[in-house]
Amino acid sequence: MVIGLEHYLIVAAIVFTLGVAGIILNRKNVIIILMSIELILLSVNINLVAFSAKLHDLTGQIFALFILTVAAAEAAIGLAILVTYFRNRRTIAVDDINMMKG
Amino acid sequence: MSAATVFFYLFSFVTIASAAMVISGRNPVHSVLFLILAFVSAAGLFVLAGAEFLAMLLVVVYVGAVMVLFLFVVMMLDVDFAELQKSIRRHLPLGGLIGAIVLAELVLVVGAWQVAPQAALGTPTPGNLSNTAALGQVLYTQYVYLFQAAGFVLLTAMIGAIVLTLHHRPNVKRQNISAQNARTRATAIENKQVPSRTGVPVP
Repeated sequence: MVIGLEHYLIVAAIVFTLGVAGIILNRKNVIIILMSIELILLSVNINLVAFSAKLHDLTGQIFALFILTVAAAEAAIGLAILVTYFRNRRTIAVDDINMMKG
Repeated sequence: MSAATVFFYLFSFVTIASAAMVISGRNPVHSVLFLILAFVSAAGLFVLAGAEFLAMLLVVVYVGAVMVLFLFVVMMLDVDFAELQKSIRRHLPLGGLIGAIVLAELVLVVGAWQVAPQAALGTPTPGNLSNTAALGQVLYTQYVYLFQAAGFVLLTAMIGAIVLTLHHRPNVKRQNISAQNARTRATAIENKQVPSRTGVPVP
């Protein structure tokens, strides 16, 4: 049985779904939400690499490279916000983040 | 069954299982470690698909830097995570439903699409180069502006993270080297005439 594009797509779809479900399940825990976003971006990368291999086109891998860059930036900023928030409020529950609501 | 097939199923099983453990774990430290496992096995999938450079990038840069940052933050924050995990059972029906719908939609697409016949390849993979050399040849020529833009994104993120987390404590005594070096005899020493049998009041 030859591994084709569809196998990769299904793996990526399952990982994407787990990421989306993780955001909904752990709605209070910002750290798990950030990790779920990382999972979603990873599944997108799997998709892009699979298409790049299938079509013999390097554009997909370049795009995956840029997604890795943006994901790293997002993780750094998110964790910095988390640290600042925890320093001010001593909690990281999402429900308590409503000071800017006005 | 060839070795590539066996390894594909191994890596994809480990990826999916550890992704499930990430979202269902009780301890966030375990979640981060499972996320690292998911990334490493996804790097294995990348190698199987022929993207060796991205696989190494995922392991070295992503697992080595970003996930270790996650681990640091999770271990540094003293949070009562058991309190945060209480909602997981309450949200299970909604999360499962939305997950099932998303997964069904994504899987329905598989097999029902085709590449547009008039679509042209952007940058065809050269056959005589390794993956890293081919990526470099494309990245530094055709995508050089995007490459620079990605560098600016990282610079902005770095500055933003530093600005957000740096805070000055007012009551800390710091050494001021230039002020120390600028001291002269006139500013440092004061002669007092002390009368006999009395002291000097200490300020």
